[in-house]
Amino acid sequence: MADGQPQPVPFTTERHSMNKKLLALAMAFAATLTLSGCSGDTPGGTSSPTTMPDTLTVVTHGSFSLSDETKAAFEAETGIKVTYLSPADGGTLVSELILTKDAPLGDVVFGIDNTFAGRAIAAAVLQPYRSPNLPSGIDDLLADDQGSLTPIDFGDVCLNADIAWYAARGQAIPQTFPDLLKPEYAGQLVVTNPATSSPGLAFLAASYGAFGQDYLNYWEALAANDLKVASSWTEAYTVEFSGSSGHGNYPLVLSYATSPMYEENEAGQSATVALPGMCFRQVEYAGIIAGASNPEGAKLFIDFLLTREVQETIPDEMYMAPVNPEATLPQVWEKYVSVVTDPITVPAAVIAANRDNWIREWTEVVLG
Amino acid sequence: MSRYQRSGAGATTTRPGSLWAAASFKPVWAIAALIPLAFLAVFFVWPVLALVTRGFYDSESWTLTNVAEVLGSARTWRIIRQTLTLAVLGTLGSLALGVPGAYVLYRLSFRGQKLLRAIATVPFVLPSVVVGVAFRSLLADSGPLGFLKLDGTLVAVVAALVFFNYSVVVRSVGVLWAGLDPRQVEAAATLGAPPPRAFLTVTLPALAPAIASAAALVFLFCASAFGVVLILGGSRTGTVETEIWYQTTALLNLPAAAALSIVQLVIVVASLWLSNTARARQERALRLAGSPKQLPITKTGIPAICCTALTVAGLLLAPLLTLVWRSLQTRTGLGFGNYALLATNANGNLSVSVWRAAANSLVTGVVAMLLAVVLGGCVSFVLSRTPVSRWGRTLLRFTDSVFMLPLGVSAVTVGFGFLITLNRPPLDLRTSWILIPIAQAIVALPLVVRTLLPTWRAIDPRLREAAATLGASPGRVLATVELPLLSRGLGLAVGFAFATSLGEFGATSFLARPDRPTLPVVVYKLISRPGVDNLGMALAAAVVLALATAIVMALAELLGRGEERGW
Repeated sequence: MADGQPQPVPFTTERHSMNKKLLALAMAFAATLTLSGCSGDTPGGTSSPTTMPDTLTVVTHGSFSLSDETKAAFEAETGIKVTYLSPADGGTLVSELILTKDAPLGDVVFGIDNTFAGRAIAAAVLQPYRSPNLPSGIDDLLADDQGSLTPIDFGDVCLNADIAWYAARGQAIPQTFPDLLKPEYAGQLVVTNPATSSPGLAFLAASYGAFGQDYLNYWEALAANDLKVASSWTEAYTVEFSGSSGHGNYPLVLSYATSPMYEENEAGQSATVALPGMCFRQVEYAGIIAGASNPEGAKLFIDFLLTREVQETIPDEMYMAPVNPEATLPQVWEKYVSVVTDPITVPAAVIAANRDNWIREWTEVVLG
Repeated sequence: MSRYQRSGAGATTTRPGSLWAAASFKPVWAIAALIPLAFLAVFFVWPVLALVTRGFYDSESWTLTNVAEVLGSARTWRIIRQTLTLAVLGTLGSLALGVPGAYVLYRLSFRGQKLLRAIATVPFVLPSVVVGVAFRSLLADSGPLGFLKLDGTLVAVVAALVFFNYSVVVRSVGVLWAGLDPRQVEAAATLGAPPPRAFLTVTLPALAPAIASAAALVFLFCASAFGVVLILGGSRTGTVETEIWYQTTALLNLPAAAALSIVQLVIVVASLWLSNTARARQERALRLAGSPKQLPITKTGIPAICCTALTVAGLLLAPLLTLVWRSLQTRTGLGFGNYALLATNANGNLSVSVWRAAANSLVTGVVAMLLAVVLGGCVSFVLSRTPVSRWGRTLLRFTDSVFMLPLGVSAVTVGFGFLITLNRPPLDLRTSWILIPIAQAIVALPLVVRTLLPTWRAIDPRLREAAATLGASPGRVLATVELPLLSRGLGLAVGFAFATSLGEFGATSFLARPDRPTLPVVVYKLISRPGVDNLGMALAAAVVLALATAIVMALAELLGRGEERGW
C-alpha cells in the first residue's frame, strides 16, 4: 500500500442546511424508486422489492466518503441496512474483486477508475446495469457499451505549479508537454512512479493520449531534462514540491486539479495553480458485483449515487466532480479548481490492453 | 535447544517427579499446543497456502511453468540480490551500532537509562509510512540533512532499516551482557590485557550467541521490510516484499507472486535456522551467567558512550524530532493547532475523528494483545518443555519455527489469502471487525513467544518438582508456581503485543472498515492528501502514535524489571 488514491481534498466551508437538503434528497429518491420500477430491461431480471434481501454490502476504495446523513437517507428510504467495506485502492480493489469471484466480497463496488476498469470488465466480475438516473450526454465517461460500470464522479490529474516560485524568478509557468522539455525548465518537475501510484499511471496514460506510440521518446527526453520520480504522491507533494508545506525544491508536481484549494494563503489566494493543458481525466465508477446476493439493492444504491442531491455532496465528501452536469459545485471549487475543458482521455479498453506494457517500458526508459 | 537440559530430559531418562513424566499432564500439554496451532493454521497457514497454490494453477490444470519462468528471469534475480544486499547491510549496520548501544543501555548504569531504552524501542513499532516521511523530510534536498545527498540512495534505506532494528540488537545483546560476570574481564585486565583485547577475547565470544541470534532476527526483519523500502528506496530499489506487493495488487500476477513467496520462504527458513542454532547456544551459555550486574561509567566506556549518544541523537531522535517539528507547523505558524484538529474528522476527510480512531486502536490493541499473549503464552509454555524423544524434540523445533513465520511472510499474501479462504460460513469473517485484532495478534505472536520463552525456561525446575512431590497436581503447579513467576516476564510481552498492534499497518489496511479505522490507517489517509491541515494532522497523529508506543514500552520496561531477556 505505498500509495493510495490521494484524492483531492476537503474543504467544507459551506455545508448547506443539512436537514432541508436531506428532506429534498429523500423525496427525490422516493421519486426515483417509483421510476426505477419501470426499468425492467436490465440483465438479471427484476424482482419485486418485497423479496429483496434487507442488507447490502458496498465495497469501496479507501477514499470513499458519504456523510452519515446521506447514508441514513438511503437506509430510511429503502429499508436496506448497508455495510461499507473499503479493502483497498485502485488496482488492488480490482485484483481483490477478481480473486473473490467465487464468493463475492459484496453486492456493489464503488471506486474502480478508468485506468483499471478494463481489467475488471475483461475478468467479468461485474453485472451490467444502466441506471435510469444516468445523465445523458456523458458518453465520453462510460467505460464500455454494455454498461458494466456506471460513472459516478471524475477528477482531473494535472500538473500543479508553485506560483510564487515562478514569480520570484520572473519565469513563465510551463503550460504544454513540449514546454517541459525546454532547458529552462530542467530539474523543475517531480512526478510519481506509475507502477506504485495512481496519478503516476494517469499521467503516463495522458502522455500516451498526447503522443500515441511516440510517448516513450517523450519520456526519454523528459528524463534527460532532469525529471524527478517519487514513488508515491505523498512524497512528491509533501516533500519534493516547493508549493506545499514541505517547501521542497521542485516547483512543478503531479497532482490534481483540485489541489490548489488546499494551498490557500492568508491573502485568500491559492499559492499554487493547476495547469489545464496536460490533464488526464480520471473517472470513478460504481458497478454491481457479479454473483451479488442483493443485485436489486445494488441497483438502488447506484441510482442513489446518481441523484442530484448525492451528486452535490460528492465534491465536499470525495473531492471529485459529480458526473451530473446539473449538480452545483461548492463556491470554493468555482474559485480554485481550474476548469479543464479539454482533458486527455484514453479509452478504458486501450488502457487495459497496454497498461502493463507502458509501465514496463516506462520503467526501462525513465528509471533505467 | 535440546542441549539445554532443563529437567534432565536431554539424557533421555526421566527423573521421578519431573512434570514431563507425569502422564496426567500430557493432555494439558496437548491442548496448550493445539489451540495456538489451530489458530495459526486457520488464520495464517491456510490463507497463505491458498494464495500461493493459486500461482501453480493455470485456470484448468496444475503447472510449474509459470513459476519456473519467473524464477528464471533476470529481473527476479536482480530483486533477490537487492533484497539480500539490503538485508545484509541493514543487519551489519544494526550490529555495528547496536552492540555498543547494548553495552551503554544495559551493562552500564546511569540515570535516565530506562527512558533511553524506551526511546530506542519506539522506532521498532512505528508505522513505516510515518518513518518514511520523517526520513524523507530530513534527507530531501530541502531538508536539514539535504546536504548529505543521501535522498533516494541505498544508504538512506539502510539507515531507516537500522533505525527500525537498532533496539532488537540492543535488547538481545544487552540482556546477555548485563548477565555476564564482570570478574572475567577484570581478571583479563589484571593479567595485562588492554580493554580492547579483553573485549575481543573475553566479552565478544561470550556475547556471540546473542549477537548471532539478533543478527538472524534483524536479517529477517530487513529482508521483509516493505514500507521504508518503497518510500525511501526511490523507484529503482525493489525487494522481494515490494515485488510481491506489486505483482499481487497491481498486476494480479499470482504465479510471479507465488514464485517470490517461495523465495521469501527460503530466506525466512534459512534465517530462522540460523537464529535457532544461535539461540540454542545462547541458552546453554545463559546457564553460565550470574545475576544481572551493571557497572558504573568508566573511562573504557567512553567510545561506546559516544557512539551510542551519536546513534540515539542522530539516527533515532533526529527523524522523530523532525516529525514533532513538522507536526507543530500550522497554517498560521508554529503551534499546537494540528493537535487541536485531532478532535475533528478533518472537515469530513475522515469517517471519524482522529481521537476516535485512537480509541479504536486501543480497543483493537487490547483484543490483539490478549489473543497474542494467551496464545503466545501457550506456545512458549509448550516450547519450554524438553521432550524425551528425539521425535518430540524435532517436532518442537518445527513448531518453534512455524510460529516465527509470520515475521517473514508478506502482509499482502496474508491479506489476500484471507479474502479467498475466510469467505464461507461459519468462517465468513471478511466483513467482521474481529479479523483485524486476529491479524495483528499473528504479527505480534512471534515477539510474544520470543519474549516469554526465556522466562518459562528460567523457572527453576526444582520448584515444580518440589511442588509435585508435595502432591500438587500439574495444573496446580502451573497456577501456583509457574504463572506467578511468569508474570514478571509477562509485562514485556504485553508491551510488545500492544505496541505491535498499535503500529500495525500492512494487514490492517486490507481489513479495516471505513467506520472503524485505526490510528495508522488514519495517518496514512491524511498523509495521502494535499493541504497544510491534512499533513499537519497526519504528523500530529503520528506523534501521538509514537508517544503512545513509547508510554506502552516504558510501562513494559518497568513491569518487566529484572526479568528482561533477549529474543
